[in-house]
Amino acid sequence: MDAKTGFFYLFSVVLLYAAFRVITARNPVHAVLHLILAFSQAAAIWLLLKAEFLAIALVLVYLGAVMVLFLFVVMMLDIHIDHVRRGFWRHFPLAAFIGALIALEMGAVLMTGFRGMDEPKAVAVMVDAAGQAIPYSNTRALGKLLYTEYLYPVEIAAVILLVAMIAAIALTLRQRKDNKTISPSEQIRVRASDRVAMVQVPATRKAEEPAPVAAAVEEKKA
Amino acid sequence: MTLTLGHFLTLGAMLFAMAVIGIFLNRRNLIVLLMAIELMLLAVNMNFVAFSHYLGDMHGQVFVFFILTVAAAESAIGLAILVLLFRNKSSINAEDLNTLKG
Repeated sequence: MDAKTGFFYLFSVVLLYAAFRVITARNPVHAVLHLILAFSQAAAIWLLLKAEFLAIALVLVYLGAVMVLFLFVVMMLDIHIDHVRRGFWRHFPLAAFIGALIALEMGAVLMTGFRGMDEPKAVAVMVDAAGQAIPYSNTRALGKLLYTEYLYPVEIAAVILLVAMIAAIALTLRQRKDNKTISPSEQIRVRASDRVAMVQVPATRKAEEPAPVAAAVEEKKA
Repeated sequence: MTLTLGHFLTLGAMLFAMAVIGIFLNRRNLIVLLMAIELMLLAVNMNFVAFSHYLGDMHGQVFVFFILTVAAAESAIGLAILVLLFRNKSSINAEDLNTLKG
Protein backbone atom coordinates (compact mmCIF):
# COMPACT_ATOMS: atom_id res chain seq x y z
CA MET A 1 0.00 0.00 0.00
CA ASP A 2 1.69 3.14 -1.15
CA ALA A 3 1.24 6.66 0.16
CA LYS A 4 -1.35 7.53 -2.46
CA THR A 5 -3.62 4.71 -1.38
CA GLY A 6 -3.22 5.73 2.23
CA PHE A 7 -4.18 9.29 1.43
CA PHE A 8 -7.15 8.05 -0.57
CA TYR A 9 -8.47 6.10 2.40
CA LEU A 10 -7.82 8.99 4.79
CA PHE A 11 -9.70 11.48 2.61
CA SER A 12 -12.51 9.00 1.95
CA VAL A 13 -13.08 8.28 5.62
CA VAL A 14 -13.17 11.96 6.51
CA LEU A 15 -15.43 12.66 3.52
CA LEU A 16 -17.93 9.99 4.48
CA TYR A 17 -17.89 11.04 8.13
CA ALA A 18 -18.53 14.65 7.11
CA ALA A 19 -21.39 13.60 4.82
CA PHE A 20 -22.89 11.58 7.67
CA ARG A 21 -22.71 14.58 9.99
CA VAL A 22 -24.31 16.79 7.30
CA ILE A 23 -27.43 14.66 7.20
CA THR A 24 -27.69 14.03 10.95
CA ALA A 25 -26.52 17.31 12.50
CA ARG A 26 -29.01 18.87 14.87
CA ASN A 27 -27.83 22.40 14.21
CA PRO A 28 -27.98 23.58 10.56
CA VAL A 29 -24.82 25.65 11.05
CA HIS A 30 -22.94 22.48 11.99
CA ALA A 31 -24.39 20.80 8.92
CA VAL A 32 -23.05 23.56 6.66
CA LEU A 33 -19.63 23.43 8.30
CA HIS A 34 -19.46 19.66 7.80
CA LEU A 35 -20.53 20.16 4.19
CA ILE A 36 -17.54 22.49 3.79
CA LEU A 37 -15.30 19.76 5.25
CA ALA A 38 -16.79 17.22 2.82
CA PHE A 39 -16.16 19.44 -0.18
CA SER A 40 -12.57 20.11 0.87
CA GLN A 41 -11.92 16.36 1.18
CA ALA A 42 -13.46 15.82 -2.25
CA ALA A 43 -11.11 18.46 -3.64
CA ALA A 44 -8.19 16.58 -2.11
CA ILE A 45 -9.35 13.34 -3.75
CA TRP A 46 -9.62 15.15 -7.09
CA LEU A 47 -6.01 16.23 -6.61
CA LEU A 48 -5.12 12.54 -6.30
CA LEU A 49 -6.89 12.07 -9.64
CA LYS A 50 -4.74 14.81 -11.20
CA ALA A 51 -7.68 17.15 -11.80
CA GLU A 52 -5.88 20.13 -10.30
CA PHE A 53 -7.92 22.88 -11.90
CA LEU A 54 -11.24 21.43 -10.81
CA ALA A 55 -9.96 20.78 -7.28
CA ILE A 56 -8.85 24.40 -6.89
CA ALA A 57 -12.05 25.65 -8.50
CA LEU A 58 -14.06 23.54 -6.07
CA VAL A 59 -12.25 25.08 -3.12
CA LEU A 60 -12.37 28.65 -4.42
CA VAL A 61 -15.81 28.77 -6.00
CA TYR A 62 -17.71 26.23 -3.98
CA LEU A 63 -16.25 26.67 -0.54
CA GLY A 64 -15.53 30.36 -1.02
CA ALA A 65 -18.83 31.43 -2.51
CA VAL A 66 -21.62 28.88 -2.45
CA MET A 67 -20.99 27.50 1.02
CA VAL A 68 -20.63 30.99 2.46
CA LEU A 69 -23.98 31.79 0.84
CA PHE A 70 -25.43 28.75 2.60
CA LEU A 71 -23.92 29.86 5.88
CA PHE A 72 -25.35 33.36 5.54
CA VAL A 73 -28.83 32.05 4.77
CA VAL A 74 -28.73 29.57 7.67
CA MET A 75 -27.68 32.30 10.06
CA MET A 76 -30.33 34.71 8.75
CA LEU A 77 -33.17 32.27 9.33
CA ASP A 78 -34.51 31.74 12.79
CA ILE A 79 -35.25 28.05 12.66
CA HIS A 80 -37.03 26.11 15.36
CA ILE A 81 -34.96 22.96 15.18
CA ASP A 82 -37.12 20.78 17.40
CA HIS A 83 -40.18 21.45 15.29
CA VAL A 84 -38.31 20.75 12.08
CA ARG A 85 -36.72 17.59 13.41
CA ARG A 86 -39.91 16.00 14.67
CA GLY A 87 -40.28 12.54 13.12
CA PHE A 88 -36.57 12.43 12.27
CA TRP A 89 -35.96 8.84 13.29
CA ARG A 90 -39.32 7.57 12.13
CA HIS A 91 -38.13 7.37 8.55
CA PHE A 92 -34.73 5.95 9.46
CA PRO A 93 -35.38 2.24 8.75
CA LEU A 94 -36.74 2.96 5.27
CA ALA A 95 -33.94 5.44 4.57
CA ALA A 96 -31.22 3.07 5.76
CA PHE A 97 -32.69 0.23 3.71
CA ILE A 98 -32.87 2.25 0.50
CA GLY A 99 -29.43 3.80 1.04
CA ALA A 100 -27.83 0.41 1.71
CA LEU A 101 -29.59 -1.03 -1.35
CA ILE A 102 -28.26 1.75 -3.60
CA ALA A 103 -24.73 1.46 -2.19
CA LEU A 104 -24.67 -2.34 -2.48
CA GLU A 105 -26.03 -2.39 -6.01
CA MET A 106 -23.72 0.29 -7.27
CA GLY A 107 -20.77 -1.19 -5.39
CA ALA A 108 -21.42 -4.66 -6.81
CA VAL A 109 -21.65 -3.39 -10.37
CA LEU A 110 -18.72 -1.02 -10.11
CA MET A 111 -16.32 -3.27 -8.21
CA THR A 112 -16.88 -6.19 -10.59
CA GLY A 113 -16.85 -4.04 -13.69
CA PHE A 114 -13.98 -1.68 -13.01
CA ARG A 115 -11.79 -3.39 -10.46
CA GLY A 116 -9.22 -4.42 -13.00
CA MET A 117 -8.78 -0.94 -14.41
CA ASP A 118 -5.43 0.22 -13.13
CA GLU A 119 -3.76 3.58 -13.01
CA PRO A 120 -3.15 4.88 -16.53
CA LYS A 121 0.39 5.16 -17.77
CA ALA A 122 2.04 8.52 -17.49
CA VAL A 123 1.26 10.89 -20.33
CA ALA A 124 3.88 10.83 -23.05
CA VAL A 125 6.20 13.75 -22.57
CA MET A 126 5.66 16.42 -25.21
CA VAL A 127 8.76 17.92 -26.73
CA ASP A 128 8.89 21.39 -28.19
CA ALA A 129 10.92 22.55 -31.16
CA ALA A 130 14.04 23.13 -29.07
CA GLY A 131 13.92 19.59 -27.78
CA GLN A 132 12.89 20.54 -24.25
CA ALA A 133 10.07 18.74 -22.52
CA ILE A 134 6.85 20.70 -22.13
CA PRO A 135 5.39 20.02 -18.69
CA TYR A 136 1.86 18.67 -18.79
CA SER A 137 -0.65 21.13 -17.40
CA ASN A 138 -4.16 20.11 -16.48
CA THR A 139 -5.33 23.72 -16.55
CA ARG A 140 -3.89 24.30 -20.01
CA ALA A 141 -5.51 21.16 -21.40
CA LEU A 142 -8.87 22.00 -19.85
CA GLY A 143 -8.70 25.59 -21.06
CA LYS A 144 -7.85 24.53 -24.60
CA LEU A 145 -10.82 22.21 -24.64
CA LEU A 146 -13.18 24.75 -23.09
CA TYR A 147 -12.38 27.57 -25.46
CA THR A 148 -12.30 25.58 -28.67
CA GLU A 149 -14.60 22.61 -28.67
CA TYR A 150 -16.89 23.75 -25.87
CA LEU A 151 -17.08 27.45 -26.68
CA TYR A 152 -20.85 27.63 -27.13
CA PRO A 153 -21.59 25.61 -23.98
CA VAL A 154 -19.34 28.01 -22.06
CA GLU A 155 -21.42 30.91 -23.35
CA ILE A 156 -24.61 29.12 -22.34
CA ALA A 157 -23.17 28.49 -18.87
CA ALA A 158 -22.41 32.20 -18.58
CA VAL A 159 -25.99 33.04 -19.51
CA ILE A 160 -27.26 30.52 -16.93
CA LEU A 161 -25.18 32.20 -14.25
CA LEU A 162 -26.48 35.63 -15.28
CA VAL A 163 -30.07 34.42 -15.18
CA ALA A 164 -29.50 32.86 -11.76
CA MET A 165 -28.00 36.08 -10.43
CA ILE A 166 -30.86 38.24 -11.70
CA ALA A 167 -33.44 35.75 -10.44
CA ALA A 168 -31.90 35.57 -6.97
CA ILE A 169 -31.77 39.36 -6.70
CA ALA A 170 -35.29 39.85 -8.06
CA LEU A 171 -36.72 37.21 -5.74
CA THR A 172 -35.28 38.64 -2.57
CA LEU A 173 -35.50 42.35 -3.41
CA ARG A 174 -37.79 44.05 -0.93
CA GLN A 175 -39.01 47.66 -0.94
CA ARG A 176 -39.23 49.27 2.47
CA LYS A 177 -42.67 50.60 3.19
CA ASP A 178 -41.50 53.85 4.77
CA ASN A 179 -39.01 55.02 2.20
CA LYS A 180 -39.57 58.21 0.26
CA THR A 181 -38.22 57.33 -3.13
CA ILE A 182 -40.07 58.81 -6.07
CA SER A 183 -41.41 56.67 -8.85
CA PRO A 184 -40.45 58.10 -12.26
CA SER A 185 -43.12 56.18 -14.12
CA GLU A 186 -45.86 57.64 -11.96
CA GLN A 187 -44.42 61.10 -12.40
CA ILE A 188 -44.44 60.78 -16.16
CA ARG A 189 -47.94 59.41 -16.24
CA VAL A 190 -49.39 62.43 -14.39
CA ARG A 191 -51.67 64.79 -16.39
CA ALA A 192 -52.29 68.43 -15.66
CA SER A 193 -55.96 67.81 -14.91
CA ASP A 194 -55.00 65.55 -11.98
CA ARG A 195 -52.97 68.17 -10.26
CA VAL A 196 -54.42 71.59 -11.16
CA ALA A 197 -58.09 72.43 -10.73
CA MET A 198 -59.35 75.61 -12.38
CA VAL A 199 -61.81 77.46 -10.17
CA GLN A 200 -63.85 80.43 -11.31
CA VAL A 201 -63.65 83.08 -8.62
CA PRO A 202 -65.40 86.43 -9.14
CA ALA A 203 -62.90 89.24 -8.96
CA THR A 204 -64.85 91.36 -6.47
CA ARG A 205 -67.75 90.45 -4.29
CA LYS A 206 -69.95 92.37 -1.95
CA ALA A 207 -69.19 91.64 1.71
CA GLU A 208 -71.87 89.62 3.47
CA GLU A 209 -74.25 91.18 5.93
CA PRO A 210 -73.09 90.78 9.54
CA ALA A 211 -75.25 88.30 11.41
CA PRO A 212 -77.92 89.74 13.65
CA VAL A 213 -75.98 89.25 16.88
CA ALA A 214 -78.10 91.54 18.99
CA ALA A 215 -81.29 89.52 18.42
CA ALA A 216 -79.59 86.28 19.54
CA VAL A 217 -78.38 87.88 22.78
CA GLU A 218 -81.88 89.08 23.59
CA GLU A 219 -83.33 85.60 23.03
CA LYS A 220 -80.86 84.09 25.57
CA LYS A 221 -81.85 86.59 28.21
CA ALA A 222 -85.52 85.88 27.77
CA MET B 1 -2.55 -2.65 -3.44
CA THR B 2 -2.91 0.17 -5.88
CA LEU B 3 -5.95 2.30 -6.45
CA THR B 4 -8.30 1.16 -9.16
CA LEU B 5 -11.20 2.90 -10.78
CA GLY B 6 -13.52 0.76 -8.66
CA HIS B 7 -12.29 2.44 -5.46
CA PHE B 8 -13.32 5.88 -6.61
CA LEU B 9 -16.62 4.72 -8.06
CA THR B 10 -17.47 2.93 -4.83
CA LEU B 11 -16.68 6.07 -2.87
CA GLY B 12 -19.03 7.99 -5.16
CA ALA B 13 -21.74 5.38 -4.68
CA MET B 14 -21.43 5.52 -0.89
CA LEU B 15 -21.59 9.31 -0.95
CA PHE B 16 -24.68 9.21 -3.15
CA ALA B 17 -26.37 6.68 -0.90
CA MET B 18 -25.57 8.86 2.12
CA ALA B 19 -27.24 11.82 0.40
CA VAL B 20 -30.33 9.72 -0.39
CA ILE B 21 -30.55 8.70 3.28
CA GLY B 22 -30.25 12.36 4.19
CA ILE B 23 -33.17 13.28 1.96
CA PHE B 24 -35.30 10.63 3.65
CA LEU B 25 -34.28 11.65 7.16
CA ASN B 26 -34.70 15.41 6.71
CA ARG B 27 -37.94 15.48 4.83
CA ARG B 28 -39.08 18.58 6.70
CA ASN B 29 -35.94 20.66 6.76
CA LEU B 30 -35.64 22.35 3.38
CA ILE B 31 -32.14 23.65 3.91
CA VAL B 32 -30.73 20.20 4.70
CA LEU B 33 -32.53 18.90 1.61
CA LEU B 34 -30.60 21.45 -0.46
CA MET B 35 -27.36 20.31 1.19
CA ALA B 36 -28.16 16.67 0.42
CA ILE B 37 -28.65 17.62 -3.23
CA GLU B 38 -25.23 19.27 -3.18
CA LEU B 39 -23.75 16.03 -1.81
CA MET B 40 -25.40 14.05 -4.61
CA LEU B 41 -23.90 16.37 -7.22
CA LEU B 42 -20.51 15.97 -5.54
CA ALA B 43 -20.80 12.18 -5.79
CA VAL B 44 -21.66 12.41 -9.49
CA ASN B 45 -18.75 14.78 -10.09
CA MET B 46 -16.45 12.35 -8.30
CA ASN B 47 -17.44 9.62 -10.76
CA PHE B 48 -16.88 11.95 -13.71
CA VAL B 49 -13.41 12.93 -12.55
CA ALA B 50 -12.46 9.31 -11.81
CA PHE B 51 -13.56 8.13 -15.26
CA SER B 52 -11.82 11.09 -16.86
CA HIS B 53 -8.55 10.19 -15.15
CA TYR B 54 -8.63 6.46 -15.72
CA LEU B 55 -9.80 6.61 -19.33
CA GLY B 56 -7.45 9.48 -20.16
CA ASP B 57 -10.24 11.65 -21.54
CA MET B 58 -10.42 15.34 -20.64
CA HIS B 59 -14.05 15.71 -21.71
CA GLY B 60 -15.23 14.31 -18.38
CA GLN B 61 -13.58 17.19 -16.54
CA VAL B 62 -15.24 19.69 -18.87
CA PHE B 63 -18.56 18.13 -17.94
CA VAL B 64 -17.76 18.50 -14.23
CA PHE B 65 -17.06 22.15 -14.93
CA PHE B 66 -20.56 22.63 -16.33
CA ILE B 67 -22.16 20.64 -13.52
CA LEU B 68 -20.46 22.94 -11.01
CA THR B 69 -21.83 25.96 -12.87
CA VAL B 70 -25.38 24.69 -12.90
CA ALA B 71 -25.14 23.56 -9.25
CA ALA B 72 -24.02 27.04 -8.20
CA ALA B 73 -26.95 28.61 -10.06
CA GLU B 74 -29.33 26.08 -8.55
CA SER B 75 -28.21 26.67 -4.99
CA ALA B 76 -28.35 30.46 -5.44
CA ILE B 77 -31.94 30.38 -6.67
CA GLY B 78 -32.90 27.70 -4.15
CA LEU B 79 -31.59 29.77 -1.27
CA ALA B 80 -33.36 32.88 -2.60
CA ILE B 81 -36.63 30.95 -2.68
CA LEU B 82 -35.89 29.68 0.82
CA VAL B 83 -35.40 33.22 2.14
CA LEU B 84 -38.61 34.32 0.45
CA LEU B 85 -40.46 31.36 1.94
CA PHE B 86 -39.18 32.09 5.41
CA ARG B 87 -40.22 35.73 5.06
CA ASN B 88 -43.78 34.76 4.15
CA LYS B 89 -44.34 31.67 6.31
CA SER B 90 -41.79 32.06 9.13
CA SER B 91 -40.86 28.42 8.69
CA ILE B 92 -38.79 26.24 6.40
CA ASN B 93 -40.81 23.14 7.05
CA ALA B 94 -41.55 21.41 3.77
CA GLU B 95 -44.88 20.19 5.13
CA ASP B 96 -46.11 23.76 5.67
CA LEU B 97 -46.12 24.26 1.92
CA ASN B 98 -49.60 22.94 1.46
CA THR B 99 -51.46 26.01 0.31
CA LEU B 100 -51.23 25.08 -3.36
CA LYS B 101 -53.42 21.99 -3.42
CA GLY B 102 -53.47 20.57 -6.90
